[in-house]
Amino acid sequence: MTAVEEKPARLISGPGMLLVWFYGVMVVGAVSRSAYQIATGFDRAPLAYSLSAVAGVVYGFITYTLIRGGETARRAALVCCAAELAGVLVVGTWTLADSSAFPDATVWSDYGMGYVFIPVLLPLSALYWLRRSRGRVTP
Amino acid sequence: MLTVLTLVTGVAALLLSAWCGWAAHRDQPTKDWHFIGMAVVAALALIQLVTGIVLLARGEKPEQGTTIFVSYLLGAFACVPAAGFMSLAERTRWGSVTVAAGGVVLAVLEVRLYDIWGG
Repeated sequence: MTAVEEKPARLISGPGMLLVWFYGVMVVGAVSRSAYQIATGFDRAPLAYSLSAVAGVVYGFITYTLIRGGETARRAALVCCAAELAGVLVVGTWTLADSSAFPDATVWSDYGMGYVFIPVLLPLSALYWLRRSRGRVTP
Repeated sequence: MLTVLTLVTGVAALLLSAWCGWAAHRDQPTKDWHFIGMAVVAALALIQLVTGIVLLARGEKPEQGTTIFVSYLLGAFACVPAAGFMSLAERTRWGSVTVAAGGVVLAVLEVRLYDIWGG
């Protein structure tokens, strides 16, 4: 690369640091939970456990983009947070409407009630933060 | 023994959280005293981790399974130091908020640990 490498704009300054913390907690929570459940009894609730694993991967990716910073990462994080919010809402409604599909809980069951509603509050605050960061991020 | 440690660590985590929350309220970053507080809470979590492993080695069984128990012990131990390092990188009030959030997360982990061990 010959051009001067532009330092990616930080997305983790100020409130962003708090977001990274919560996303980090959710990564550990979702990944370790699904890893344990898939390893010990995948057949009991394959859908629920797979969804927890997917949630963990999404959380991991958002954490990575937040730490990496820059405009591309910011856009990628925006898309993922929207997907995450959609996931929480769909799965949350699904678990309430048809609980028989979920013999065991996922991270996103009942809109994340088992996790103090952090799963539904987190994407909202992240979307707000990422949109607000737009002005400060140089293209 | 473990139940007492769980209670003490949980209360200490909440106190740390309130203290750092107060610092954030006054628009201050975490200071040396806060880090000493974090070290105390982290030491409590470490004692808890060691105690838990000793109890397991003696043949006692957690109600909800050994794997979950050990992962929660490890998570509880890592929780406050991780938040502490993040507050070192963020020298504003938001670093304090992060540690406050870390204290709350640890308190929740302690409640879960209590359930997993089985009272």
